[in-house]
Amino acid sequence: MAFYVVQFLTGLASAASLFLVASGLSIIFGVTRIVNFAHGAFYMLGAYVAFTLTERFSGAFGFWGGIVVAALVVAAIGVLVEMVLLRRIYHSPELFQLLATFGLTLMVEDLVVLIWGPDDLVGRRAPGFKGAIDFFGQNIPSYDLFLIVLGPVVLGVLWLLFQRTRWGVLVRAATQDRDMVAALGVNQKWLFTSVFALGVFLAALGGALQIPRDAVNHAMDLRVIVEVFVVVVIGGLGSIIGAFVAAVLVSELNAFGILIFPKISIILVFLVMAVVLIVRPWGLFGKPEAPARRTPGLTVNPWRPLTTNERLAAIAVLVVAAALPFVGGNYLLTVGSEIAIFVIFAVSLHFLMSVGGLASFGHAAYFGLGAYGVALLAKMAGLPMIACLLLGPLLGLLGAAVFGFFAVQLSGVYFAMLTLAFAQIVWSIAFQWVSVTGGDNGILGVWPEKWAASPSHFYWLSLGVAALAVVILRIIVFSPFGFALRATRDSPLRSEAVGINGKRIQWTAFVIAGTVAGLAGALFAYLKGSVFPDNMGISLSVDALVMVLLGGVETVSGAVVGAIVYKALNIWLVSQTDLSKLVLGGFVVLIVVAFPKGIVGTLEAFMHRRRKSSSSASSPLLTSRIESAE
Amino acid sequence: MKLTVKDLNSFYGPAHILFDIALEVGEGEVVALLGRNGAGKSTTFRSIVGLVENRSGRVMFEGRDVSELPTHAIVRGGLGYVPEERRIFTDLTVEENLEVGRQPKRAGAPQWDREKLFKLFPNLGEMRGRPGGRMSGGEQQMLTIARTLMGNPSLVLLDEPSEGLSPKIVEQMVDAILAMKKEGVSIVVSEQNLHFARLISDRAYIIERGRICFGGTMAELDARPDIRDAHLSL
Repeated sequence: MAFYVVQFLTGLASAASLFLVASGLSIIFGVTRIVNFAHGAFYMLGAYVAFTLTERFSGAFGFWGGIVVAALVVAAIGVLVEMVLLRRIYHSPELFQLLATFGLTLMVEDLVVLIWGPDDLVGRRAPGFKGAIDFFGQNIPSYDLFLIVLGPVVLGVLWLLFQRTRWGVLVRAATQDRDMVAALGVNQKWLFTSVFALGVFLAALGGALQIPRDAVNHAMDLRVIVEVFVVVVIGGLGSIIGAFVAAVLVSELNAFGILIFPKISIILVFLVMAVVLIVRPWGLFGKPEAPARRTPGLTVNPWRPLTTNERLAAIAVLVVAAALPFVGGNYLLTVGSEIAIFVIFAVSLHFLMSVGGLASFGHAAYFGLGAYGVALLAKMAGLPMIACLLLGPLLGLLGAAVFGFFAVQLSGVYFAMLTLAFAQIVWSIAFQWVSVTGGDNGILGVWPEKWAASPSHFYWLSLGVAALAVVILRIIVFSPFGFALRATRDSPLRSEAVGINGKRIQWTAFVIAGTVAGLAGALFAYLKGSVFPDNMGISLSVDALVMVLLGGVETVSGAVVGAIVYKALNIWLVSQTDLSKLVLGGFVVLIVVAFPKGIVGTLEAFMHRRRKSSSSASSPLLTSRIESAE
Repeated sequence: MKLTVKDLNSFYGPAHILFDIALEVGEGEVVALLGRNGAGKSTTFRSIVGLVENRSGRVMFEGRDVSELPTHAIVRGGLGYVPEERRIFTDLTVEENLEVGRQPKRAGAPQWDREKLFKLFPNLGEMRGRPGGRMSGGEQQMLTIARTLMGNPSLVLLDEPSEGLSPKIVEQMVDAILAMKKEGVSIVVSEQNLHFARLISDRAYIIERGRICFGGTMAELDARPDIRDAHLSL
């Protein structure tokens, strides 16, 4: 019995930090409507800065002062980020806001390694809370008891802040109607900045308070952000009480889950989240939002199938690409195969994101599932390559069918958070379930059969599959299903009113996208001869997002161009620098701020302008930028 | 002049909404902006306080050009705005709604505080702790006006204050507006209801399809039934 009580208390202690981070995320979202994907990065920075400060200054004052100062320092960094970056994108579509803050996360990860090194850092114990308390023969660290008390105290302080101060009243008013607050003479800019500072302060404090409990490392940002997303999805985004209750719930599920499913404890949390989503999609304490404001496009070029000439041109390009083995060497062919595979991956995400309007931040999960599907079939069942290539992606299909069912219940930022959380769950299963997946060591020796083994043959295979995937997805875009999908994307209510079952359409699109991604993963496993958990990692998901973005979100096939350009650059970049995340993250931020239409989108706009200047008859309505969301 | 608007043009996306709007409001005057639904009354107000991004023209308030200022700075300068759809904060109590509107005292402008406003709108005084979402339409309309007055404005843009209110509440509204005028607040009130406008206004403008097509005293308007019938009656 005593053991369970102690386990329960450990859970409560973990909840404290989680609550701090989640409440910060909720507060920021409430006012700015931005889901700050960089929140985990601020949490991690809080821990690192606190580590440095508490090592530097001795004594109780040095420790506690260091914790608070660390949170303040990171909050100041947050203010800088808000003023320099976020102020530029408050009016951008959601997707760009998510991407920009995500790019920031990537940059911070590399910066942290650059400053503090790649090794885990173990901080010092909290003065006054070094010992443990004996509870019927079980030890409870006294620092845990401190954290257990701290959680409700912070909740109370926040409550007072929001109920009893003018600032709190303004924040609550702005959460409901930002423009009206401005129309009453309140400077929104500073309100936003101060809210962001508070949210970041809470995240950094959460990180700083972890140093006596856990080693500080450069992967803690993603670990916490996934848990925080789960917390706010369960508790309801925007609700501080919800963040508290859900943080306790998730921490307890983790604490006890480890007793029930030691290998894959995260399953339990996932099940609870799934139940909450079905019963209350807006979370336990959240409020159902009015149908989300449609994120307006950057351009409104109507989509159309290719003309005959354009088709011929596409075939010509394909023929030229197919001639590569006659001029290039083996290395070039391997690079070519990889690019072809990433074209498949990128178009599958593009299909979900641009055609379906569902921006998945965890699309790599299905790529990885396809790869693992192939590896398991080839190594365990010993199936021939063709069978593996056909059956392997079915694992991606299965994963997409299960996760997609829950994900499409939500939209917008919730959808993005949920897909990211799902991908992390799949990743941790691959990472933890060593007996099946080999864990970190992966599965090795997945080589193609003789007919596809030579680089040129494998290249032709990849190219052929890529061409097929692009053609099939384009056909779907211009099929009745594609129209229904786009109608649901543009106006869920109106499409519902003409009898379209939006959720089912979106689920189907999710499964299609997942299966195609799985196909890409299947080929990738054969290309590399092995699979690893990183094949479903976050950075791969981001890679895909960047490819789509680079090509142009609002074009029909920009992803093809985006994938080719990005992958070629990426392969070159990785060979040039160790700081690829820093460069990649900076690149993402740059595209969002300076270049949101992507390559193909920019080209299209340019061509359109030229065509318009030659024939002034075309309607200005179709080409003008949409200025406001309302 | 308290407020002078010149050559005001506004756009929503590619659509041109307002064409060369010109208005003048004198110190302590109540001016009506009359027009049918969709004539451009609300857009005119939104443009004056800087809520319409795409606009051109000049807005002079108390001798200062405010056309380039952000909304909050215009409002802080003493130009209050009461939007049409009420837009009270439904999660906040009456007192908290008023708190959002509170601004420091301003020399030369009528001063308001909570108690004074509760005297002007006795209903509100009886429900200080009630969330805005649980009030009737008339009470909400009172609250939006009171909330804007908390900013101690010297001029208020009132967008269709009588819309959707019962005759009894409309009477209270007339009294409240006249009381504001007595305190020295200049008022521009947009209306479709000519009867209501006549009870409170010194002068009137008529707006039709984004253009001002009449400006004059109420007596001058009454002398021109042709204009009234062409632009106002249903």
